[in-house]
Amino acid sequence: MAMMEYMTTKKDELVGWIRKFSLFPYPFVTACCGMEFMSVSSTLYDTDRFGAALPRFTPRQSDLLMVVGTVSHKTAPILKTVYEQMCEPKWVMAFGACATSGGFYRNYSVVQGIDLVIPVDIYVPGCPPRPEMVIDAIVMLQNRIAGDRHPIFPTERA
Amino acid sequence: MVNPDLKQALQGQYEEATESFGMPELRLRAENLLAVVQRLKSEFGFELFLDVTAIDHVERSPRFDVVYHFYSRPLNARLRLKVAVPENEPTVPTLTTLYGSARYMEREVHDMYGIVFTGNTDLRPILLYEGFVGHPLRKDYPMEAEQPIVNYRQ
Repeated sequence: MAMMEYMTTKKDELVGWIRKFSLFPYPFVTACCGMEFMSVSSTLYDTDRFGAALPRFTPRQSDLLMVVGTVSHKTAPILKTVYEQMCEPKWVMAFGACATSGGFYRNYSVVQGIDLVIPVDIYVPGCPPRPEMVIDAIVMLQNRIAGDRHPIFPTERA
Repeated sequence: MVNPDLKQALQGQYEEATESFGMPELRLRAENLLAVVQRLKSEFGFELFLDVTAIDHVERSPRFDVVYHFYSRPLNARLRLKVAVPENEPTVPTLTTLYGSARYMEREVHDMYGIVFTGNTDLRPILLYEGFVGHPLRKDYPMEAEQPIVNYRQ
C-alpha cells in the first residue's frame, strides 16, 4: 500500500512537471489588453521562457484559457462555449481589470467579472497589467500545477 | 458662406437656425424632415450622411432630440439638423429612401433610445441582443441593471 502511495505521488510530480511546462494558451482577446498580451508573448518579455508560448487558436488543443479584455453580455455565451470545448485539464486566467471584475465598466453591457460565467484559476489585475505581472501569474499557476494531484486513471481520486 | 444661403433657401421649412463651431444647425419639425433633407441632398450636395443620434433631455418636453449630421463635398461644409420628438410618440420619418447607410444608423438609435423611424422596415437590435428590455442610453435606464444571456454560476 505504501508503495502504491509512493508511486502515485511520484507520478503526480512527474505529470505536474510535464504539464506545467507545456501550457498551451488560448488567447480569448476582446479588448485593449490584447496589446499587452502581444507584448508579453513576443520577444521582449517572451512567455516562451516559461513554457507557455505557443498560442493555439483552437480551444480543443489548448489548456490555458487567457481571457484578455472586456467581456460583454453578448460575448459571454461565446466565452462559455470556448471554455466547454477545452479538454481537461484546463486552467483559466482572467487577464486585466475588466476580465477580473468588469473594470471601470458598470453598465448595461459588461459582465462584472468572467467568474460569473466560467470558473477562474488566477486573476491578473491592472489596466492593463504589466508584462511582469502576467509572467508572475503564469509562474504562480505553474507552481500550483506542479503541486496539484493529477489523476489519470478513472479509479484515482482527484 | 453656406449658412446664409441655406437659411434663405429653406426659409419656412425650419423653426430656428443657429451656428455651432462654424457649423450651421437647423431645428425643424418631424414632418418637414424628409423634404428638407431631399432639398439639401439635391440642391446643396449634402450627399454624405455622417451620423444620426439622439439626445435625452429628461426634464424637457418634448423629451428627445434626434440629431442628424451631413457633409457636402461641393461646399466642403457640414450641417446639423435637430428634430424634437416627444416621449409618448418618439417617431421620425426614416431617411433610408435617400441614404442607404441610414438603415444601420437608425437601428442603433432605435436600440439605444427607442426612437422609431417610420418606414425603416428593419429595426431589429444591432448592438443589443434579442430579448433586451428597455433602451440603455435613456437617462432613466438604471445604471446597474444587467440582462445577462447566459446563466450565472452559483
